[in-house]
Amino acid sequence: MDISLVIGLVVDYFSKNPMAPYLIVSTIMFFAGVYGFITRHNLLAMLMSLELILNAVNINFVVFNRFLYPGQMEGMFFSIFAIGVAAAETAVGIAIIINVFRSGKKIETSEVNTMKY
Amino acid sequence: MDTNIVIALFILIIPVFNFLFLGLLGSKMSEKTAGTIGTVGLGIVALLSYITAYNYFFGYGKVDGVYLPISEGFEWLRFTEHLHIDLGILLDPISIMMLVVVSTVSFMVHLYSIGYMHGEKGFQRYFSFLSLFSFAMLGLVVATNIFQMYIFWELVGVSSYLLIGFYYTKPSAVAASKKAFIVTRFADLGFLVGILLLSYFTKTFDFAQICDTSATGAILSNNVTTTFLGFSVISWAMALIFIGGAGKSAMLPLHIWLPDAMEGPTPVSALIHAATMVVAGVFLVARLFPVYYFFTPTVLQIIGYLGAATSLFAALVACTQTDIKRVLAFSTISQIAYMLVALGVSKYGAEHEAGLGYMASMFHLFTHAFFKSLLFLAAGAIIHAVHSNEMGDMGGLRKYLPITHITFLIACLSIAGIPPFSGFFSKDEILVAAFEHDKILFVCQYLVAGLTAFYMFRLYYSIFWGKETHYHHTPHEAGLNMTIPLLFLAFLTVVTGFIPFADLITTDGKPMEIHTVWEVAIPSVLVGLVGIAIATYMYKKPTLMPDKVSNSLGGFYKATAKKFYFDELYIFVTKKIIFNGISTPIAWFDRHVVDGFMDLQATISNGVSAKIKGLQSGHVQQYVWVFAVSVFIIAGLVIFLPL
Repeated sequence: MDISLVIGLVVDYFSKNPMAPYLIVSTIMFFAGVYGFITRHNLLAMLMSLELILNAVNINFVVFNRFLYPGQMEGMFFSIFAIGVAAAETAVGIAIIINVFRSGKKIETSEVNTMKY
Repeated sequence: MDTNIVIALFILIIPVFNFLFLGLLGSKMSEKTAGTIGTVGLGIVALLSYITAYNYFFGYGKVDGVYLPISEGFEWLRFTEHLHIDLGILLDPISIMMLVVVSTVSFMVHLYSIGYMHGEKGFQRYFSFLSLFSFAMLGLVVATNIFQMYIFWELVGVSSYLLIGFYYTKPSAVAASKKAFIVTRFADLGFLVGILLLSYFTKTFDFAQICDTSATGAILSNNVTTTFLGFSVISWAMALIFIGGAGKSAMLPLHIWLPDAMEGPTPVSALIHAATMVVAGVFLVARLFPVYYFFTPTVLQIIGYLGAATSLFAALVACTQTDIKRVLAFSTISQIAYMLVALGVSKYGAEHEAGLGYMASMFHLFTHAFFKSLLFLAAGAIIHAVHSNEMGDMGGLRKYLPITHITFLIACLSIAGIPPFSGFFSKDEILVAAFEHDKILFVCQYLVAGLTAFYMFRLYYSIFWGKETHYHHTPHEAGLNMTIPLLFLAFLTVVTGFIPFADLITTDGKPMEIHTVWEVAIPSVLVGLVGIAIATYMYKKPTLMPDKVSNSLGGFYKATAKKFYFDELYIFVTKKIIFNGISTPIAWFDRHVVDGFMDLQATISNGVSAKIKGLQSGHVQQYVWVFAVSVFIIAGLVIFLPL
């Protein structure tokens, strides 16, 4: 297969689907977040992964709003709300993490597992 | 509203206010304040009752020579178009007579209790309960409809329970109060079923409409063809209603609670278990008398015979008891049964003395209330002085307690039917009524009259004469607030016999012409005198006669002293048959089948949760894995499955 043909197909695809690059970026961000959330055992790192997931969603909101409903603003507003909520949630999360650290001197999820049956 | 009804309303309001006031604030008052409030309240109630009686009998009550009932009330609960419960006040000759009886005796008992209960723990509570009882009893007698009567009927039951169990630290008092409540409540079940049956067919609760014989007769003859075991349904209804009355009035075989109820304070026995509450059954039959007489004569006859059996039974038992209050209790049962006999033999109407039994029954109720409460209050004074209920601990008290002695003697003569005391007049009317309508009952009642005279004078001689007992400290007469009620009631016992009852209280409100029947009156006095003579011979001086007589009677005496084994029979039926035969299997079923099913469910869910609890490991990453994988699976299903 010719490399130029591949590039031509890709360019053709992107020109037909103007949302695709944005969605690819947000998808990568989302799965990076999920991956980090699962693999990291440090609570802080998990919180950061969570932010990645949220921001991937925000990108989706904005992109869909921009390309599908260009005359409206709901998606924009919703992403702003999501940012606000995420900030608050992070603050709460960090407060919890700090308290967990104070009581046990560790923030590894494998250690912090007393909340079970 | 009519002023007379307003006065009657105040008769009810004052005791209920006293009950709440003393009940809520009693603990903050001194004994003196609480006693004074209760007594003054009842004094006003008594005064208002006399005013009502005077105005009714000599004023507005009589229209064209007939006493008409006056009632006023409002609708309280509506069930159907016809059937509704009203609350109201009904003034007619018998309810006004009962108002006078209840308020007078209650007032006397209040006054007496100030002295008798002095220094008892719970003095204020006692007065509050007395007011509750007075309210309930007064409400019962002025009820305009049978359901209102039933409500107050239960209220008197409750207050009786509270007062019998007043010494709640004494196990026997607690047992007695429970027994009284359960037995009467059991009887009231019959009452309730009877009310529902009766009101279902007559479409009303109202006494005036039920007793309106033409209207009720039309309804019953048109609609009621239902029969059960050979009796019409209306007979069953009236019989069931009477079971309620029999429970309260301690008729055979529901009498077992009354002797035990003597565990309560003596003034309570005088008020509730002698003069007022126990005659509620008689009052109920009298209230529904037209229905009994015109539609269910068989039931009325059964009532008469049951009354005769009870009066004979109770009089026999009274001859053998040694606790003075129990003698009086059995005497009460016997006398109430006497009133029911009179109702049982009564006919309707004023002509030819047809309604004589009805009038005699009410007359005896009236006179009995005074002399029996006098007997109880005197017994209370004796117990107060001697600190014992047993006859064996007494004797020769006439020197120490002169006032009690004289008043007790008056009451004894009255109940024995010796003229000119009130008991003679009322008992004589009952005997005449029985003589004219049913000879068997007449003979039975003659026998009871003799027995009554005998056991009352046995009691009298054992207390005031007999052996000279040595007392630890010399008995002395109680204070004025205890002797004044005795004297006042003795006064009433002497004078109430002269009230012309035949003009005032009759079946149809018309005055009745009565004339003395000498061939009944003279033998009845003689029978009484014979009873007294035998008692004098046996008990005036300590002799061996009583023991000889009881030995010669042998088994019969023993059975009588054991009250004919009624208590044992009840214990046998409840403990051996009902508990073992019915309750134990039901308890087994409940414990093993019903509980077993629930336990099975619990075991299953416990096992399942033990199996799956490992899922909640506490490791956040595991949760996320499960969550993420599940989301992918569900998303895959949604996308790729052709739904």
